[in-house]
Amino acid sequence: MKIFVCIKHVPDTAANIKLVGDNGFEDSECKFIVNPYDEYGLEEAVSLVEKEGGEVVVVTVGKGAATATLRSAMAMGAARAIHVQTQGQFLDSTLTAKALKAAMDQDGAADLIFTGKGSVDTEGAQTQYRLAAAMGLPVVNEVSRLTIDGQKATMEKEIGGGEREVLEMPLPGIIGATKGLNEPRYPKFPDIMKAKKKKIQEMAIGDLGIDENAGASQLVKLEAVPERSGAKMLEGSVQEQVAQLIKVLREDEKII
Amino acid sequence: MTRTGVLIETGEGKIKETNFGVLTAARGKGGDNEVYALLIDGDAEALKAELCKFGVQKVIAVSLASGDLAASPEAQAGAIAAAAKEYDLKAVMGLASTIGRDLFARMAASLDLPLISDCISVDIDEKSGVKSHFSGKTFATVKVDADLMLCTVRPNAIEAVEAPVDGEVLSFSATVADGAGVKIIERKKGDGGKIDLTEAPVILTGGRAIKSAENFTMLEECAALLGAAVGASRAAVDAGYAPHAMQVGQTGKTVGPKLYLACGVSGAVQHFAGMKTSKVIVGINTDKDAPIFAKSDYGIIGDIFEVIPALTEALK
Repeated sequence: MKIFVCIKHVPDTAANIKLVGDNGFEDSECKFIVNPYDEYGLEEAVSLVEKEGGEVVVVTVGKGAATATLRSAMAMGAARAIHVQTQGQFLDSTLTAKALKAAMDQDGAADLIFTGKGSVDTEGAQTQYRLAAAMGLPVVNEVSRLTIDGQKATMEKEIGGGEREVLEMPLPGIIGATKGLNEPRYPKFPDIMKAKKKKIQEMAIGDLGIDENAGASQLVKLEAVPERSGAKMLEGSVQEQVAQLIKVLREDEKII
Repeated sequence: MTRTGVLIETGEGKIKETNFGVLTAARGKGGDNEVYALLIDGDAEALKAELCKFGVQKVIAVSLASGDLAASPEAQAGAIAAAAKEYDLKAVMGLASTIGRDLFARMAASLDLPLISDCISVDIDEKSGVKSHFSGKTFATVKVDADLMLCTVRPNAIEAVEAPVDGEVLSFSATVADGAGVKIIERKKGDGGKIDLTEAPVILTGGRAIKSAENFTMLEECAALLGAAVGASRAAVDAGYAPHAMQVGQTGKTVGPKLYLACGVSGAVQHFAGMKTSKVIVGINTDKDAPIFAKSDYGIIGDIFEVIPALTEALK
């Protein structure tokens, strides 16, 4: 079984984002990680291959520094990596999907493709759908349970209020993973050392015939979310504080 | 004036409240957009009055010429795209709910059009939207270049304002190409009667301090009085006090209610990532130095086992 796992090189969710200019950020100053949702896809792929044999290949579209992120993914058990290199961090999801498809086509067809349910930097959750459309494959996103039975995948996703949807699709197909699917492993030291020797195939996005600036959506402005300046602390006994709270929520905020 | 479609989501035959904010946004800055409501389930005639109250001029009851619409997300996305073409819509909007996120992404991918996901504000004239980037730390303004603007809106982000008009129901039967074969085979009900976290106007979240799964009943009781949903922090979920479906924050749900009460939640960055766009945040914690207070609007230093029962009592 050959499985591609698409991963994204993203700033750590705890990182401080220093904005630069109208729509950029200083990426040399923050720690980058494998997009957390992609780890669920990667773990699923690695455990499937451990059970049934085969190979897990991680694919990313991102800046040169994404090499470190690919090494982390290989330490979790991927056999090798493909890195489509870009100049910028923000790529239109249509172009990312095109680049992923071109890289995968060169490498040869897989039985299954995993992605995360979305990335924590641009929070768009579109690439997996665009990849599916470009490749003519079925896709189900936000998958938290998966059973593979021959050429068919049965999946569950939570649709709100605790309600769950059970879906089926023929394989090959694309699965957008989320929490609940598994518990991603922490790589051990020998795995990290082994990952340093694994192969990363690099290619420039331009060599795949894609202009990374040609997207139909444009990031016009990036601005810090106004921070709250600290809570107004209520005072008095528990009853008094509760009474004050109800009063401000009713009279000042008018929300209850 | 832009002819704008809104995909309406229903639950148990009723229109979900959060749709009304999207309809309000669909009317545009000048309020003169022509608004078409697109219904893929529910009884259009019965729902018309409520939709027209929010400015809907045409209610389109979308069906499939052949095949089972309810069982195929691919057919649903195809049918909405076909309706957009049939009625010459220039923008189509919907909720950034689990269903909306999925259908709009399918539609955008199959039409090869850009999509602005999970907007907290939308400018239809400019074809732009403002959305969260970097786990709620920044707002990004994204502008699209397309004849048909597609966007989803974060539930509760835009306040619903009525603008009654007379409207009519039209039926549209869509012919869609076969999809790649995704089928919904079952819907499993949850514990019944629970309000969807991402839709809820008020949320009470229990953190590690809640100490047990049983103690969530205390929050449920208070929530019932506020029409609120109950959430849990990652610490509470990881400790086994609540299921993952209730988790708010990174790797859980992203919510933006009018009121968010963090009960015994310390306030990790990953938690803020999921609730930062809430209108009013109230922190309740015994530790006066808990990070939650730095980013809340109101704070109560106290034990949730005293504060919550007192709040419940006062609300009765």
